[in-house]
Amino acid sequence: MNVTVTVNGVERSGDVEPRTLLVHFLRTTLELTGTHVGCDTSNCGACTVLLDGMPVKSCTLFAVQADGRSITTVEGLKQDGQLDPIQEGFKEMHGLQCGFCTPAMMLVSKALLDRNPDPSEDDIRWELSGNLCRCTGYVNIVKAIQWAAKERATA
Amino acid sequence: MTTTEEHTPGPTTAEIGGVGHSVKRKEDDRFIQGGGQYIEDISLPGMLHLALLRSPLPHARIVSIDASAAEQLPGVVAVVTGEALAAHGLAWMPTLSGDTQAVLATDKVRFQGQEVAGVVAESPYIAWDALELIDVEYDALPPVINPKIALSSDAPVIRDDKEGQTDNSCYQWESGDKAATDQAFAQADKVVSIDTHYPRSHPAPLETCGCVADLNPVTGQATIYMTSQAPHAIRTLFAMVAGLPEENIRVVSPDIGGGFGNKVPIYPGYVVATAASLLIGKPVKWIESRSENLISTGFARDYYMHAHLAVRNDGTILGLRVNMVSDQGAFYSDAQPSKFRAGLFHVVTGSYDYPAAHVVTQGAYTNKAPGGVAYRCSFRITEASYLIERLVQNAAYELNMDPADFRMKNFIKPERFPYHTPTGFVYDSGQYAAALQKALDDVGYAGMPQEKEEARKEGKLVGVGIASFTEAVGAGPSKDYDIAGLKMFDSAELRVHPTGKAILKLGTKAQGQGHETTYAQIVANELGIPASDIAVREGDTDNTPYGLGTYASRSTPTSGAAAVVIARKLREKARTIAAHVLEASEEDLEWEPGRFFVTGAPDRGVTIQDIALAAYSNYPEGTEPGLEGVHYYDPPNLTYPFGSYVVVVEVDEETGVWKVRRMVAVDDCGVRINPMIVEGQICGGLAEGYAMSSMQYITFDEDGNCIGSSFADYLVPTSWETPRFQLDETVTPSPHHPIGAKGVGESATVGSPAAYVNAVIDALLPYGVRNIDMPVTPARVWAAMQEAKAG
Repeated sequence: MNVTVTVNGVERSGDVEPRTLLVHFLRTTLELTGTHVGCDTSNCGACTVLLDGMPVKSCTLFAVQADGRSITTVEGLKQDGQLDPIQEGFKEMHGLQCGFCTPAMMLVSKALLDRNPDPSEDDIRWELSGNLCRCTGYVNIVKAIQWAAKERATA
Repeated sequence: MTTTEEHTPGPTTAEIGGVGHSVKRKEDDRFIQGGGQYIEDISLPGMLHLALLRSPLPHARIVSIDASAAEQLPGVVAVVTGEALAAHGLAWMPTLSGDTQAVLATDKVRFQGQEVAGVVAESPYIAWDALELIDVEYDALPPVINPKIALSSDAPVIRDDKEGQTDNSCYQWESGDKAATDQAFAQADKVVSIDTHYPRSHPAPLETCGCVADLNPVTGQATIYMTSQAPHAIRTLFAMVAGLPEENIRVVSPDIGGGFGNKVPIYPGYVVATAASLLIGKPVKWIESRSENLISTGFARDYYMHAHLAVRNDGTILGLRVNMVSDQGAFYSDAQPSKFRAGLFHVVTGSYDYPAAHVVTQGAYTNKAPGGVAYRCSFRITEASYLIERLVQNAAYELNMDPADFRMKNFIKPERFPYHTPTGFVYDSGQYAAALQKALDDVGYAGMPQEKEEARKEGKLVGVGIASFTEAVGAGPSKDYDIAGLKMFDSAELRVHPTGKAILKLGTKAQGQGHETTYAQIVANELGIPASDIAVREGDTDNTPYGLGTYASRSTPTSGAAAVVIARKLREKARTIAAHVLEASEEDLEWEPGRFFVTGAPDRGVTIQDIALAAYSNYPEGTEPGLEGVHYYDPPNLTYPFGSYVVVVEVDEETGVWKVRRMVAVDDCGVRINPMIVEGQICGGLAEGYAMSSMQYITFDEDGNCIGSSFADYLVPTSWETPRFQLDETVTPSPHHPIGAKGVGESATVGSPAAYVNAVIDALLPYGVRNIDMPVTPARVWAAMQEAKAG
């Protein structure tokens, strides 16, 4: 069946089996491989994308459920050749090591800052708690988001 | 070069970004834009997909396999069974500990999740569908789950495939001096013991294992993209196992989404995918699911440890005795140097100075997944460090001494280095008391009695736990260390281009450690070329010098050292070229970061960039053109990072729930190349140490079912549970590493579990509890308190 979505501002469509998961549609059909798969049980959150601005685990939705809706993936964070402050923050504060969880972490962070521009450390840690990282101990991910919050406030 | 220069980094500047600067990571630009290329992102024309059928039973004879329905499913290209592999001599493969492991089971299955058949199909969805259509008839056998029962004489023999194997004993190995240890114990005032289990754990990097095997039937060229921490060694082993000519095999490790030891071994999936590509003539991709990763690959730990410490009443340690039984699962597949059978577990004597130790170890086969990987540690050193640090705390309690004082009294003193341990290690350097003192000061140790008392008034139990670990990392030297016979040196190849930019290639392979940045900084420091102008390449065996890979915190001690040496060699060649350009004699030239100049005439100089151009355009007659070289570095010894971690916890007496009030980590890894990256490594390790001590483990029910086969059961801490950390440092350079650096990636995983557990045990002092096995769950804490109350 045909699925049409707006991904990172561009309308894209593809023919898929009804059972196709959204993450496989993004990765395989649309060749947007920045979204990752880290588990089978919706625990790790590596597949998180923004669906109409809200973080969703794209392994837990069928592609057809996203039909007609708007999706942001990591490939859409950079706008007009400018890195998003969240992206800059992850680099500045060493918020990533292997990089596998990073796209999802950044999208969750973006959703948080869009809703709450000045989050406390507890707010940040709570927001990230649906996404696992095995490298950083979360310390510098928190700092990266704090950096981005400051940057957005002064921009 | 003076001796001092040989073992310290020279001067550098912030612009150059040499050693000691927190240069932002070069690799981040692609990762933050979704541009990383991990194994699952690799897609080749005509590529097929492999899925593996796994045994639901832990121990059973295979009666028959009927794959006819699967073969008829549209989109299925082939079904591979052990029988088909056996026809090509590939049904079994060697392990990294000299055992054999079934690729696809032919006779019987020996653990739940063992690989039984593979389906190759046009899409992963079809391959998974087809697995459901394969009909395997099993004849169930009694599972052997407990390693101590496995070693009893009437246990069913799991490895009846091995000629001469009549029991479940996997290895027996000892270290140290029994007679000297017996003598030490005879002189003891007290003998203190601990009996504890370091539970089965799993590295569980966020990316699972996988490969894309591309064997070209026309050219015979085999390109295998693989999640491997050791691509060169894997290439050699593939050549040996599959009989492929090594010059035709190219192994490429792309970006790796975390390794932690999980991605060192060869797994059946890699072999089946390669065999399938060979037989079908098309690229074949295999990507493990998370459940497959947790139930079948790379388990770690699972040591049952019983230790005794002989002490005098004045607190002097006299000797250590350790008996350890390891649960190896169905195949003995630890990735470890061949002369040691329990890795570096015999480093168990720890940071303390005493003359005698005796360590006896035995491995048992059980009906569990194989692995025995060193999960973020140097060959089983985590288990060793945990045991001694738990034991010394108990000894302090038995002697009515403060655990910090007891450690201070027994530490190896700085003047005793190089220190020969009773089990054969030669520690290179250490200032243990200084590190512990710093940690005690940072945590406010002097105020602990008051803090405990105040907490008690509020109905809370507060405890403080210490771990003063010593690691042994960076294997070689090659005289003692090898993997499957391949000696553990490592390499660096450096070319300075005519434009003054450079490319550095190494035999290691990062999985998040930031090699592209730190290695560039090492060369920047030696040659004065900015780190941003130095490209770093790893992972492609066609385009990098041979090496043993990245694990056991060995990259900085080996390839890092090789990078220093080759850069220094090129600098000497640059001196020759500079003398030619400046029309001066070499002896009259002085070096400053990035430039040679004539002594006494600082204006008469030439930059490294101009020298690089001259190396290709204006070099002295008789000199080899170019500015390029390769160095293979065989370290003279391991490096011995150390540190002291101190944790304060509070325990809720009603529920057994404990939480970390504060955690101080003082690490000494010698010279820090990139402090930001070092601290990042430490934070990650502290979190994994917390995970193991508090929640993360794999266990089995009595029928051999794996409990912990998904992230719903195998609990990985989130940002919410993970404690906050306070880091500090001391710096004791390695006396033999060319810039005084030591490995650091695993210190915190090795050192921290004992600190967390010791803190909980300390909180339970009013109850007299001396051990709770990890993970120290609230239920276990509560049970320990109830048991103590019941007397």
